[in-house]
Amino acid sequence: MKQFFLLVLVGLVSVVLSGCGYNTLQTKEEVVFKAWGDIESTLQRRSDLIPNLVETVKGYAAHEKETLQAVVDARSKVGTVQLSAQDLSNPAAMQQLQAAQGQLSSALSKLLLVVERYPDLKANQNFLDLQNQLEGTENRINVARQRYNTAVSDFNGAIRRFPANLTNKFLLHLERKEYFKAEEGAKTLPKVSF
Amino acid sequence: MKTVSRSLCFRLLLLLLIPWSIFCPALGNALEVPPLTGRINDTAAMLSQQTVANLDTLLASLEVSDSTQLVVLTIPSLEGEVLEEYSLKVAETWGIGQKGHDNGALLLISRDDRKLRIEVGYGLEGTLTDLTAGRIINGVIVPNFKKGRFDQGISDGVQAMIQAVKGEFDASGVVASGKSKEFDPAGIIVMLFFAFSFIAKIFQRKKVAASVTGGIVAPVLGLLFLPQLGLWLLTLVPIGLLGGLVVASRAASTGSGGGFYMGSGGFGGSSGRFGGGFSGGGGGFGGGGASGGW
Repeated sequence: MKQFFLLVLVGLVSVVLSGCGYNTLQTKEEVVFKAWGDIESTLQRRSDLIPNLVETVKGYAAHEKETLQAVVDARSKVGTVQLSAQDLSNPAAMQQLQAAQGQLSSALSKLLLVVERYPDLKANQNFLDLQNQLEGTENRINVARQRYNTAVSDFNGAIRRFPANLTNKFLLHLERKEYFKAEEGAKTLPKVSF
Repeated sequence: MKTVSRSLCFRLLLLLLIPWSIFCPALGNALEVPPLTGRINDTAAMLSQQTVANLDTLLASLEVSDSTQLVVLTIPSLEGEVLEEYSLKVAETWGIGQKGHDNGALLLISRDDRKLRIEVGYGLEGTLTDLTAGRIINGVIVPNFKKGRFDQGISDGVQAMIQAVKGEFDASGVVASGKSKEFDPAGIIVMLFFAFSFIAKIFQRKKVAASVTGGIVAPVLGLLFLPQLGLWLLTLVPIGLLGGLVVASRAASTGSGGGFYMGSGGFGGSSGRFGGGFSGGGGGFGGGGASGGW
């Protein structure tokens, strides 16, 4: 009979735990981590495009040194700001990353604005290709950001709702995650006219 | 007294309804995704019937050989929606490409906005890169569109897309599973097997106790492994009751616990592609591709 009660107890505990979101919360957190990974890879992709872009522009507009230098500096700054999984709950770290990425975005859009003055460059196939890739990457960043933010709001909501909030408070201790907001500079996509 | 409690009930009901009205996302406004009618969805009437038929054959044979799905959609207007967001919404709603391969792509043309976009699924991003997609748009489609030759532009564009993705995938290994939910009965059957062996060990010949325990354990395991079954989990109660009874009876007849085999059956979400017509395979998209205008 003792074994019977033990078995029932084990059964009940697993029901209670899964009903209180023990598993769901952790799954949702993993979704957030994965979405963040996607953001990072798209940001990296943008970063990787920049040296090539700078070189191409240099060939036609060498005396736009200031603008070019701003892009190079912003890119190297972006490289130093990386977030680990724990940092996703850290507003300051997230703020720092957003600031660095926003700076890169605005430096890039300034560069693309300057380029308008160089018709030869605008006709260059290599430059057109780079612009294509840059646009595509910006779009990917947007998509990844939206998906990340959806995952975060889903997770943040879940750890605050009853009864999962109790499970989290006493057992899991997961922290709420920060959103990845669009920076002022990043909101205006570099416009490209052909 | 009666009326008071009744109005109280009514108010409580209203209170319960409020959260719904707050949390239900506002519908309307957004341009809806048209139903998927085939590989070529010419809702803006930009193509001749001949072209539609030709392209459909081309794309159908591509799907047969490569399992890759390319779909064309023309719409009259975006109605203020952002091209990139709308095209991603369409591609995801239709689930173009095979699940797991994500080998789908969408060519979206908005007639009155004079804009177009190639949306590329994850699996094709290696061959139909943003760069290739941009070149197809600007080098193949747009020059034709500028001269008003929509048939030519779309045909050439689709053919260029086919050329880019051809050979990247093959049709083998694609499960004909449409958009069915994942349903993995293996886990629960294995667990049930162990659970019943365990029950048989513990209870030996006590039929009632074994049966009750089985009835409790089976749905609990079901909840852990297949929570998406929802109320269907209740069907596991009689299965468990019966299973417990069977193991206990077996133990009684053979005089020993353990040694128990349960024939797997009952489960198995049968699913297939919808008969005849064309449907997306559930491919994923991440914003790859290129946009342009004419």
